[in-house]
Parts: sequence; C-alpha cells; structure tokens
Amino acid sequence: MRTSITRNRILTVLALAGFVVFLVYAQTNWDAYRLRILNLCAVYTIFAVTFNLIYGYTGQFSLGHAGFAAIGAYAAALLTMSPEQKAANFFLAPIIPLLRDVEWPFLPALLVGGTLAALASLLIGWPALRLRGDYLAIATLGFSEIIRVLFVNWQRITNGSLGLKGIPDHTNVYWSWGAALVTIFVVKRLVDSSYGRALRAVRDDEVAAQALGVRLFTHKMMAFMLSSFFVGVAGGLMANLISTIDPKVFMFFLTYQIVGITVMGGMSSLTGSLVAAVLYTVFLEVLRPIESPFDLGPLHIPGIPGMRMVLFSTLLLLVILFYRQGLFGQREFSWDGLLNTLARLHRRVTGLWGRTPPPSTVDKGEQ
Amino acid sequence: MTVSLFFQHLANGISLGALYALIAIGYTMVYGILRLINFAHGDIVMVAAYVAFYGAAMYALPWWLAFPLAILLTAGLGMIIERAAYRPLRGVPRIQLFTSAVAVSFLLENLGIVVFSGRPKAFPRPAFLDKPLHVGDVIIISYTPVAVAVALILFGGLLYIVHRTKVGMAMRALSKDIETTGLMGVDTDRVIMIAFAIGSALAAAGGILLAIKFPQINPLMGVVPGLKAFIAAVLGGIGNITGAMIGGFLLGIAEIMIVAFFPQLAGYRDAFAYTILIALLLFRPTGLMGEVEPEKA
Repeated sequence: MRTSITRNRILTVLALAGFVVFLVYAQTNWDAYRLRILNLCAVYTIFAVTFNLIYGYTGQFSLGHAGFAAIGAYAAALLTMSPEQKAANFFLAPIIPLLRDVEWPFLPALLVGGTLAALASLLIGWPALRLRGDYLAIATLGFSEIIRVLFVNWQRITNGSLGLKGIPDHTNVYWSWGAALVTIFVVKRLVDSSYGRALRAVRDDEVAAQALGVRLFTHKMMAFMLSSFFVGVAGGLMANLISTIDPKVFMFFLTYQIVGITVMGGMSSLTGSLVAAVLYTVFLEVLRPIESPFDLGPLHIPGIPGMRMVLFSTLLLLVILFYRQGLFGQREFSWDGLLNTLARLHRRVTGLWGRTPPPSTVDKGEQ
Repeated sequence: MTVSLFFQHLANGISLGALYALIAIGYTMVYGILRLINFAHGDIVMVAAYVAFYGAAMYALPWWLAFPLAILLTAGLGMIIERAAYRPLRGVPRIQLFTSAVAVSFLLENLGIVVFSGRPKAFPRPAFLDKPLHVGDVIIISYTPVAVAVALILFGGLLYIVHRTKVGMAMRALSKDIETTGLMGVDTDRVIMIAFAIGSALAAAGGILLAIKFPQINPLMGVVPGLKAFIAAVLGGIGNITGAMIGGFLLGIAEIMIVAFFPQLAGYRDAFAYTILIALLLFRPTGLMGEVEPEKA
C-alpha cells in the first residue's frame, strides 16, 4: 500500500510538471484566441467546482453564482484599472474619490474580490441557508439580481449599465489555471476531510446529520462562503480576461450554464466538473460556426444565433432525465483507477502470452 | 401627492398586481401538489405572449380568437412539460426535480431566442383596451379594469374547480398526500397534469395581459415577472390559492407605490421584490395566509 501511495505521489508530481510544461508552451506559442479559450476553461472550471461544492457535496441549491462572480469581477476590475482608464470610463459621473487613484497588483485585487464575494454570501446565507432547497435557490437568485440592479444604479462606483472598458489583461494561463488548481486542491481537501463527510451527511439527510451532532447552519455557511470566495476570484479572472464587463454579463444565464456544466460532469465529482467545464468551453467554440451563415455545397444555410445554447440546454435536460449521474457520477479520477484500466487493456492485448495479471485489488472509489 | 394622483398610482398598481396574481396562482398550485417551484412557469408566460402575437399579428386572427387559442395551446405546453420533464422524476429527491425545472426554463428561453429571435417585437394592442376612461380626476386606460376583471373571473372559476368539482377535490387531496390519494383510486398523474394545464392557462392569460401592458415582447420577458409572481405566491403563503391572488395584488401595488412615494428609488424598483422575499423568509416564511406544515420528503 505504501509503495502505491509513493507511486501515486510521484505520478501526480509528474502530471503536474507535464501540465506546467504544457501551459508554458501554450502561453508562448498559442495565438490570443486559443489562449482565451484555455483561460476560459480554467474560469469555468472554478465556477463548476465551486458550484459542485455547494450543490453536489452540500446539497444546497444556490443560484447566486452570477452575483458573486459580478462582485469579484467589479472589485478586481476597479482595483487594477489605471486612474487614466477610470477617468476615461466614468464620463457620465465621476468615480468616487476612494477608488479614483488606486491601481493595485493583480493578486491582492483578486483576493479582495473573493473576500467581498464571500462577505456577500454571508449576508444572504444568513437568512437563506436556513431554508429548504428550492427556497434557497430563489432567494439566492433574487440576491444575485439585487446585486445586478445595484451595480446598474451605483453609477459612481460601477459606471452603471455602461460597464467598464479597458480592464488590464492581467489574466494569463498561469493565473487562471493556477487559481483553478488551487480551487480544486482546496475543495478536494475539504470534501475528503471530516468536514466534507459532515457536508455529505447534511446533503443526504439533514435530520440524521443534526442528530449526529453536525451543526447544519455552520457547515452550510462554511461551504457557501468558501464556494463564493473562489467564485469571486474567478469573476476577477474573467474581468481581467475579457477586459470589458457590464452588469448584463452577470445575468442568470451565467448561473444556468454553471449548473448545466456541473450536472453534466456529475454531482459530487470534481473530475467531472473539470472535464465538463473544459468540454463545454471547447465545444462552444467548435460549434460557433453553426450560429453564422455558411454554405454547404450549393446550399446556403443561414446562421441561427442562440442555437448552441439550445443544444446545450437540451442536452442538460436529457442528462437530468435519463442519465442523472452525468459523466462521472460520484467517481473521481485516481491513479489506481487509471492504472487498473490500463492494466486491463494491456492484459486484453497481451492476454495470449499468459503473463501474470497485475493485482487489481485496490478499490477504485478511493483516492 | 394629490388624492387623484394617489388613485392614479393605485390603479396602475392594481393592474400590475392582476398580472402577478394570475402568474402566482400557477406557482402556488404546482407547489401545493408537488412541492416543486416550477421554475419554467415564467417562460410559459413568455411562450403564451408569443403564440398570441403570432396569432394576432401574423395570421391576423381577431383578438377574441387569438387570445383564447394562445391560452389553450399554452395549457397544452404546460401538460407536455409536466409529462416530459417532471413526471419521469417522481420519487427522486426534490432537488433533482427542481434542477429539471431550471433546465426546462433554460431550454424554453434559448428556444425562444432561436425561434422568435432575440429582437423585441411590438405587440398589437386591441383598440378597446386603449381607451382612456375618466373617473373623477383620475384617468385610467381601459386596460386596467379589463385586466382586473379577467384576473377576478379566472380566480373565481379556479375556486369553483378546486372546491366544487371532483378534480378539485382530488387536487386538494394530492396536496395533503400524493401516495394515499393514489391508493384511494385517484389517477394522480392525470390530476397533476390537469393542475399544470390550469396553472399554465392562467399564466398564459397573465402573459397576454403583460404583453398588452408593455406592448413589447422578447424571449426573456417572462423571467422577471415570473420571479416576482413567485415572490407574490410566497408573500400570500405558498400553496394557498387565495393567498397567491392577494399576494399578487399586494406586490403590484407596493412596487408602484414605492416608486410613487420615493421617486429617487425608481432605479431600484426591480430589487424591491427580492428584498421583500428575503425579509419574508427571515421573519415569516409561511407568508400571510400559509399554514405551518411539517417537512415533507
């Protein structure tokens, strides 16, 4: 057993090193368009993993992701923009003096965005987390809409519905995937800890969990705030990636997409969230041509704007109805699982030679 | 504020409240039976407005034919949604059912964008709803009394169905306990489907009134009124039909009055309903007329 733990550690380190090499290669060689997709993959991964924490593991249906992302995005944007950019943006009403001259480095700006999002989640979680699932969903969705309405109206802080333009493009693949890996690591450690087991107990049966001494509210709140913190960070990454934001970016549509990604990847599977987020982002780009007109031989096919989202939501509904576990269900990626699969394939190929099969006693469900 | 101006605002609030009330009833009926917040309800409102639009504007049907036809088709849509997206999920955790409702809502909105195009369309307003009426100093548009009358007539009809017919009795029984009701020989699936049809029909009426009130329709028009109507249902006590009606009118009047008395808050008008919701959930989760009931799995 010990050897397999050491082996897995080595494999993990190797895989991470390989991934870093890939990121360096991509950052130096890829064009802006492909880099943007790679960055978006990381942002959506954070969105999905955090939604999974609050929904998949804790069983709390929060539809507030868009609002928390908006908080993080605006905070990071306002803190990183140069005073000249702000002056150019706020031509209708001047920005409040407090924010006028600040120009922070990226990391503290992201952290402040995440912290503000977490504080906002405390504010709404306080009343809402005492409610049953679907009430919570509506309350958080309402909260996220309140945030949007506030951002439209706070002309002197957010520039209202005009939005912010010319946000510095700090986000590169190191920032985005660095944040994504930290998020995955933290959430993974949390759900594997005793807290994580308590969260799952809350999800499966609140009354039983309470009888076992799990403090429901504290645990839900902890998961909710942690999730919102990372959503805020992801919002900041997104703002400094797409460089133009306005309150419309953070409408409920964003939340629905995150719900869809997470459900398709599999509730209670971080691997699923990661894979689904990447697949979603890539497929959305691959399918972009169907929304613009194209010629198929002599046929002229007009573009159908919005078609990709119809496909996505249809697929989501089908997954919910017929394949509720999604891509990964509750399973996670593990080296043991991968090696077992490889060994099985290997045996199938070389089975004729009668070699002794490698032991496959390790439980696949374990890490 | 002068008295006549006050009544002007009141009339405006009541006509908005009639909309909320009609939509809220559908939420409350479905919630009462399935304990499901039918998240797609607001989008059903949108579909109804578009069907009425195509009937009246594209096929040049007279309004008295186009509108009932739209209501009928929308009721059918409600039944289809129930059959396709909710019935297969009976007995799974409620949160899954709600996820399905979110997916249906997402699908309807996106289908709306593809089929009807995202560009807003002008809704033809029947001439007789456009006449100014003078009541003392107050001028109200003839739409207002019609909207209120429609809401009250449909509400009366619904009360009759729920309290005086066999189907209504079955619905009331279902809201207490689905399984036992089934054992008593009630075809529960059929009754649930009828409840969806009625709720969707009322939402359709609300949607057409909405389209007439703001004579412009777009594929996302149902979302905000849908959420607000849900809040109205919670305000009245979810699961209680009369409560939904009262909650709808209260919310409509309150929204208009807040802006009337505090014009500087006009930009925050849309946030007001959500604030009410959160305050309600904090202090009186059962709403005005709701009863405390034990948790149902």
